[in-house]
Amino acid sequence: MTDLPVEPSFEQKLSGPLKAEGVEILQVNVGYRCNLECKHCHVEAGPRRPEMMPRAIMEQCLKVLKAHPIPTIDLTGGSPEMHPHFSWFLRQCGALNRRLLVRTNGVILLEKEFESFIDLYAGNRAEVVVSLPHTDAEMTNRQRGEGIFPRVVEAIRKLNARGYGQAGTGLVLNLVHNPPGAYLPGSQAGLENHYRGVLRKKYSIDFTHLFCLTNMPMGRFLDYLGKTDNYEDYMATLVNAFNPAALRSVMCKTTLSVAWDGRLYDCDFNQMLGLPTDHGAPDHIADFELEKLADRRIVVGNHCYACTAGAGSSCQGEVAGPAVAI
Amino acid sequence: MSDYYEKEDLADFANIGEYAPDLGKKYFDYYGEAMKAGALSEREKALIALAVATTQTCPYCIDAYTNQCLSLGVSREEMMEAVHVGAAMVAGVVLAHSTQMRKIIKKKEM
Repeated sequence: MTDLPVEPSFEQKLSGPLKAEGVEILQVNVGYRCNLECKHCHVEAGPRRPEMMPRAIMEQCLKVLKAHPIPTIDLTGGSPEMHPHFSWFLRQCGALNRRLLVRTNGVILLEKEFESFIDLYAGNRAEVVVSLPHTDAEMTNRQRGEGIFPRVVEAIRKLNARGYGQAGTGLVLNLVHNPPGAYLPGSQAGLENHYRGVLRKKYSIDFTHLFCLTNMPMGRFLDYLGKTDNYEDYMATLVNAFNPAALRSVMCKTTLSVAWDGRLYDCDFNQMLGLPTDHGAPDHIADFELEKLADRRIVVGNHCYACTAGAGSSCQGEVAGPAVAI
Repeated sequence: MSDYYEKEDLADFANIGEYAPDLGKKYFDYYGEAMKAGALSEREKALIALAVATTQTCPYCIDAYTNQCLSLGVSREEMMEAVHVGAAMVAGVVLAHSTQMRKIIKKKEM
């Protein structure tokens, strides 16, 4: 893979190798099939993607989770619901009594075939994470597809009715904001307040927290940056917004990403770039060794600037305090 | 220097403390305090900053605060209304100064 052309490179920006500090989150990507084709999707997921985690790999993931007290299981895709063994896998993960997250596109939960997943998630106390790039319908539709905004709102309404995002239920519903354009997300606290106000007032729906994610310069978003002549400006913005405090808390230090075929990666982004764990660390779930993975040297590239810009970005939103605009 | 205003110079704003680091630090501390959420939200402050940026015709500030408004989920319509507030204020300031002109006219004309 050829790294993105940026000066200085991310490697040069580091004072030394970036090292993991344990495995606290096992993020399992069960496959790249999805009923949507969102423009910001770093997975480039879609209805025609054939990649699907074999049940044997799911069993290997469960074996690792049973053998090691990894506190958080983060399930993602694609649309994980489209995997034929996902409901089984989710139940198995739920039985382990860890913090369990499921990343869903939301709209699939409105389809007859998949609506039972809402009860399944609630029954397994899974935290549900739904992408909602903007409170404005047009902005969200531009990124996620025509007509998607009202369907996500409807899905959130159904999740709310099941207790998700409602005080006192313990059922967590987190939303994800990705900027619908070539700019960085604003402060998570400010955007969360804005989302809460608009979604309550206009749609009478609620959620637990908002995660703000910086768009990764890869896949469809990278194509968009190139086609709109925004690439250089966007990368310069990421580099200029480099925040050492965000670097100290980047998610790869505590996350291990498992691909559909069992390969291990330092994060879901490296997975999409085909950059497996390296520097002597095991690179397949079948070879999982916590001792070797817990302090592994992380594989970095210039795309990593997206996780260290401003307040930082991770699969669970900001990692550092807010930064000023100018 | 190919031009008085260069886009890349926006990034140099972080270095304005050069030659006067103590004053630079005081300025950035003040700037950070003034811009963070308080009685006004970050969105409201970003819109005020955008209106000021356009009335002062500062290309760096317009770049920074258009991006900041986008980042905070401010809509195009909200941004344009803020610019119109700035424009109306500037127009009002100009017209209010016609008082001086009218006073002079009235004094000087026979």
